[in-house]
Order: sequence, then structure tokens, then C-alpha cells
Amino acid sequence: MSREFGLSEFLFLVEAIRWTLLLSLIAFVGGGIAGLLVAVLRTSPVAPLRWLAIGFIQLFQGTPVLMQLFLCFYGITVLFHVEIDAWPAVTIAFTLYSGAFLGEIWRGSIEAVPRAQWEAAQCLALGYFHQLRFVILPQAMRISIPPTVGFLVQLIKGTSIASIIGVVELTRAGQLMTNVTFEPMRVYPAVAVLYFLLCWPLSLLSQYLERRIDQGLGIKRSL
Amino acid sequence: MNYVFHFGVVWDHWRDLAEGAWLTIRLSAMAIVLGLALSIAGAYAKVNGPRLLRWPVAAYVETIRNTPFLVQIFIIYFSLPAIGIRLEANDAALAAMVINFGAYGTEIVRAGIEAVPQGQSEAARALGLSRLQTFRFVILFPAVKIVFPALASQFVLMMLGSSIVSAISAVELTAVTNSMQSTTFRAFEFYFVTTGIYLAMALGFRAVLGSIYWAVFRRNRPA
Repeated sequence: MSREFGLSEFLFLVEAIRWTLLLSLIAFVGGGIAGLLVAVLRTSPVAPLRWLAIGFIQLFQGTPVLMQLFLCFYGITVLFHVEIDAWPAVTIAFTLYSGAFLGEIWRGSIEAVPRAQWEAAQCLALGYFHQLRFVILPQAMRISIPPTVGFLVQLIKGTSIASIIGVVELTRAGQLMTNVTFEPMRVYPAVAVLYFLLCWPLSLLSQYLERRIDQGLGIKRSL
Repeated sequence: MNYVFHFGVVWDHWRDLAEGAWLTIRLSAMAIVLGLALSIAGAYAKVNGPRLLRWPVAAYVETIRNTPFLVQIFIIYFSLPAIGIRLEANDAALAAMVINFGAYGTEIVRAGIEAVPQGQSEAARALGLSRLQTFRFVILFPAVKIVFPALASQFVLMMLGSSIVSAISAVELTAVTNSMQSTTFRAFEFYFVTTGIYLAMALGFRAVLGSIYWAVFRRNRPA
């Protein structure tokens, strides 16, 4: 007994997009907070703080997201002896993962602000945090917009991995529909098209912003 | 917390883990070679190719870069058999890695080609070299040198991303770990150790790629 991959099956996929978007939002907000901390520590004048940030980045950029996910998933059981739910694990893992990547992107943006801006702020008798808060970060923020939007695409695609531990987002919805319709040739391409429709506009936006903002600031970005 | 860690169980299965890690290394190494070839061909087509070829290459790059790797694997492994293309899990995994890397690599190598001063290719053309000869003997080497760091980080990302192919029963490191933990019920210990192995492999890959860069581009070669 198998169903046809028709309109209602397709709508099931479309509805699952909200969970993909929710996961991406969680990862972006959580990762944004973690990433800001990482970027500030990574550029701090205190060496041990820099090492801490470097270690964090190396650890999370040097291991697969899937492993981070599994470790959070099983780590929660080990620590708290509770029946496992996927969502807390996914939240923690994606926050740390995107924190490492956003931290590294934003570090680059902070360092792209000319040195003279720090010195000028210092001459105005601003303390380190005021220099950062009122002079450097506002400028770094503009520089960071295009690569941040670009990373958002990575993040949306990355949330598909949550399907492996059972979160029913777009990819998992595709698996479920394949199981009832036995039509992988139609379901998975449909899933791919939906991801493409989410990601491509962001990719184009990122490229457009890169051209515009970099021109405005006179930056030539290296690879 | 009253969980007792048993890392001895993991040690008992070191041989299986080593075999899984070895397959991950082999898959990644093959994907690097084939993927790099695909990237260079794609970049050449995008820069020098006829319009008729440029458009499909651009479509390939955008499609792959805006859809999740996991979905690409599912399409290759589950969807393609419906139209008669049946690949074994390991071959499907390799194909997915090559196709995925090729898309990112094409853009990276293209940026490298465009970064080589225009005068170089004009000079080569003036000496009577054909377009292909100019590309092969004059442009390619410095272009790859310029973008080598970007290619290297993409390689490492792909190696780490290969953990996702465990979803289609290719028995690389992650899949081995999955089956070990399900028979021993020592999930956290196994994933902890495997994460460490991935970290070591990422550092190892970086070191190997760094020495390749040194051997090929630095020694006795003005560029």
C-alpha cells in the first residue's frame, strides 16, 4: 500500500520548512551571541583570552557537526540521566558550532577596521570596551554583513543534519514521504528545490551586499 | 552525576575504528584529487568556455552550493536507481563528495584565475600559445597557488562533512562508530573518541596540505 507523491505530500514538505527555519533561527541567534564573545576574545589584547578563543574555534571547526550533535545528544543523558529529547541537543550543538564560525568571520571584520581607528579612539581617552563598543564594532558590523549572510546559507543547509537524530525538519520530512510513497526520484529533488528556494536568494543577497559595501568602504577582500 | 565512563570498551574496538578512519581518509583523498580536477575543468569552462557551456556550469555550481550535502547524497543513492543508475554506498559517497567539492572548488579556482594579472595571458597569447596552452602553462599554476589556502580549508571541510555519508551505510568512521555504540551502549565514549580522531585527521590533513603547498609552490619556483 503506497501513496502517490501528490499535492498533500508536497505540502507536508512545505510545512516542514518552518522547522528548518526555526532551527536556523535558533542556531543564528545562539551562535550570534557565542560568536560575538568569541570574536571579542579572539581580538583581545590579553593573550590567554585569545588562546581560549583559538582553541574553541579549532575544536569546533576541526570536528564534524554530526559528532558535535551526537556528543550533545548523548552528553545530556550522561550528565542528567534524562530521557533524551533531540531539541536541547540540537540547540546546544548548533549554537556552539555557528558560534565558532561566526566568531571567526567577525574576527576578520574587526581586524579589517584600520588600526588608526583604535589609536584615534584611544587618543579620545576611551577605555578598551568603549573603543570596541563605540568605534570599532559599528564599523566592523558593516564589513561583516555580506559574509554573515553567506554563512546563513551554510547554516540553513547544515540544519538538515538534525534529521539524523530525528528532528522532523525538511530533510526528515522528505525521508518520511519517501517511506510512504516509495518515490525517492520525485521526493528528494523536491526537497532540494525547496532548500534551493530558501538559500539562493540569500546567496545572491550576500554577493550583492559584498559588491556594494566593499565598494563603499574601498575594501578589496582576499579569499 | 553517577555515570561511570568506560573508555576500555572503545579501546577493545580500536581495530574497527582504525578501519573506519582509513576509509574516511581514502574517500577524502580520492575526492580531493577528482574534485580538484573537476574544479579546474569547471573554472576553465566558466572563464574561457563558450557561452553554451558557461551557463550549465554556473547552474551546477549554484545548485550544489545552495542545497544540503545530505540531500545530495540521498538523491545520488536513493533517487538515481529509479532511473537506472545504481551505485554502491561507498561509490555513491565518493560521487557525492566529488560533485560537492567540485562546485565550491570551481568558484575558488575561478577567483584564482581572475586574480592572475591580465598581462600574463596577453603575453602568452602574443607568444603564439593557444588558449588552452596559455591556461595550462601560464595561468593555472599561479592561479592555484593564490587560492591554495582557500582550497585547503575546503578540503578539510569536505573531510569533516564526509561523516554525513554514514547516513547511507558507507562504512566510514562515523558509521563504524554508530554500529559500535549501538552494540555496546557506550555512545558517549565512542563519539568522544571518534570526535578526537576527526580532530586529529583535520590537523593531519592541514599539515599534509601545508607541506604539499611548500613542496610545490615555494621551493625553487618563482611565481
